[in-house]
Amino acid sequence: MKISGSELLVKALVEEKVQHLFGFPGGVVIPIFDALYARPEIKVILTRHEQGAVHAADGYARSTGRTGVCLVTSGPGATNTVTGLATANFDSVPIVCFTGQVARHMIGNDAFQEADIVGITRPITKHNYLVMERQDLGRIIKEAFTLASSGRPGPVLVDLPVDVVRELGDAEYPASVSIRGYNPVTKGHAGQIRKAAHALKKAERPLFYAGGGIHIAGAAEVFRRVVARTGVPVVSSLMGIGSLPGDHPLDLGMLGMHGTYQSNLAVTHSDLLFAVGTRFDDRATGDLSKFAPGAAIVHIDIDPVSISRNVPVGIPIVGDARTVLEQLEPLLAPCAIQPWLERIAGWRSEHPLAVSPAGRRLLTPDTIIRAICDLYPEAIVATEVGQNQMWTALFYRFRHSRSLLTSGGLGTMGYGFPAAIGAQLGNPGRKVIDIAGDGSIQMNIQELATAVHHGLPVIVAILNNGYLGMVRQWQQLFYRGRYSSTCLMTGTECPPSCPGPGDACPVYTPDFVKLAEAYGALGYRVAQEEDIRPVLREAGQSRKKPVLIDFIVEREFNVFPMVAPGAGIMEMMFGEEGGR
Amino acid sequence: MKRVLSMLVENHQGVLSRIAGLFSGRGYNLESITAGVTTDPQITRITLVCQGDDNVFAQIKKQLHKLIDVIKLTDLTESPALHRELALIKVRARASDRGEIFQVADVFRARVLDVGLDSLVMEVTGAAEKIDDFAAVVQPYGILEIARSGLISVERGKKQ
Repeated sequence: MKISGSELLVKALVEEKVQHLFGFPGGVVIPIFDALYARPEIKVILTRHEQGAVHAADGYARSTGRTGVCLVTSGPGATNTVTGLATANFDSVPIVCFTGQVARHMIGNDAFQEADIVGITRPITKHNYLVMERQDLGRIIKEAFTLASSGRPGPVLVDLPVDVVRELGDAEYPASVSIRGYNPVTKGHAGQIRKAAHALKKAERPLFYAGGGIHIAGAAEVFRRVVARTGVPVVSSLMGIGSLPGDHPLDLGMLGMHGTYQSNLAVTHSDLLFAVGTRFDDRATGDLSKFAPGAAIVHIDIDPVSISRNVPVGIPIVGDARTVLEQLEPLLAPCAIQPWLERIAGWRSEHPLAVSPAGRRLLTPDTIIRAICDLYPEAIVATEVGQNQMWTALFYRFRHSRSLLTSGGLGTMGYGFPAAIGAQLGNPGRKVIDIAGDGSIQMNIQELATAVHHGLPVIVAILNNGYLGMVRQWQQLFYRGRYSSTCLMTGTECPPSCPGPGDACPVYTPDFVKLAEAYGALGYRVAQEEDIRPVLREAGQSRKKPVLIDFIVEREFNVFPMVAPGAGIMEMMFGEEGGR
Repeated sequence: MKRVLSMLVENHQGVLSRIAGLFSGRGYNLESITAGVTTDPQITRITLVCQGDDNVFAQIKKQLHKLIDVIKLTDLTESPALHRELALIKVRARASDRGEIFQVADVFRARVLDVGLDSLVMEVTGAAEKIDDFAAVVQPYGILEIARSGLISVERGKKQ
């Protein structure tokens, strides 16, 4: 029996066990949305912007490990996915994104709502396809799902001309495909693994460097066993947070530009840096010439491109983090590194993370995030990008793998809220919280409607300082306090040169509480310390409605520790005056 | 240093642009790229010449290998291989100069493809350096147009 391309697509989604499809309709995808109509197996989540759809699919995928799927129309629908795809590509998130395309005979004619989305997304997807023959459709969809979720995962885009989608053809959806140019190595080289085990045994100052690959590979469990067996301490990249529980004695926290003192010093003084599933990103390494100068480096990664790119690696191991760690585990023994652990303990007590004293006139972000962590220690926490993201990384102690959803590589403001929506759909039993800034939340605030319509009790905790805070922090520290275009209160009455925040500042826009109410969500404003926990508790009681909490925080509170851009990671500042 | 890579890739639309885009997007230096279908109509052979130090070149190879459409990649920089480039050169040639140019062409085994009133078109094949040399020698007559194919390469057969 012959079926249309749309029907084959829906059949493929069912066979791939896709339960949620994040999308937004438009002219050329009407046939596909029509095929999805009244199909109870697939719940279509209509977002209010295509960027929101991709981020939601991304949050769904990161939190569940399953592939996120989106469907948007041609032209602007497709171009609106670009930021979401680039975000997912950078952080290796499995997404299959279907875009509509004008009919084949119109392609290249500058037809209405035409965009060369395959050309546009080529460098920001793992792979992409334009389906030019109906007979190729089943195979291409299968290839897209295979590529997205295997090897180093990533987004795959499939562009569907409307006439291909309408055309009748065979109903076959292949159970598997082989792609001759694609054979990711998952098992590690036995000889290299022996070398790595030996290096760990010999090392006096060994250190694990945990990256996001541990979550992606489902390797957190074996990683925790490896840490327990060897007793070697762990630093994490932003994406690696949660590989080890944040309150584990061997967890040193994040390294890098806003890393903890003990992490950055441990990296600097280690003699063996054992990296798993990480890219040695510049925000983690700082000045490469000062990064881990005395360390031999072991690096496990499924993507050979990531190995020896920024930092030369002595013992490279290409493979899946989980498989390789399982191969490594039986070769390991406890490491006798007591003096090293004592040195690290010394650093830890020398510069612990600052705790704002109780009773300050204005709220501080650390107090709020620590309260969130106390009340919701098992939550999935999404962040936006900027100060809110770094504070969350520093102050929320993640216990579980796949629990921090954050745009690490691309640094996408507006990521967190739609990602939290996707995560809540994929994890109906868990508390999902988006820790946001007042700047970045406004980049996808329209998704409040999506959350309300689907009855998702996501909590959005806005740390409202009236600034684009991270850029403002750089302006304060490195641009003589010239807050150019970073104040969100700026109005026509402001003088050209701001004397600093004060009572004369214009009224803040928008009123987030009223905004929440306008959308049918719950809104709270918290400006007093004693209200933080009660309001957070009350927010947690919501079962069907998203809750937006507008925390009015100290306006010029900064993220510390900080390493100035271009400096070595041991050259840390602990306050506005510099420090070490 | 100049490097030569030979690749077998899927004969799909857009493959060349994936490869060229990788070079431009990542700031790698691409000197020439040629593509042509193999005996298997689904597979294209691409020969490319690029520049870079050892680290950059290692990245280039890994990045190319990562492309889903790249089936096989061979580094021909150091291995025994035959490299050829073809050039078509139109030279200003008044009747009085023709004989001299024919002699030069003969030395380089260039073929004369077209004779006009005051110009000649010649075809020359060989390693890139030979084409450079030929172009330099005919330069004084005046090169009106030159079209170079870019390098194509194949590995030599096993000798033992």
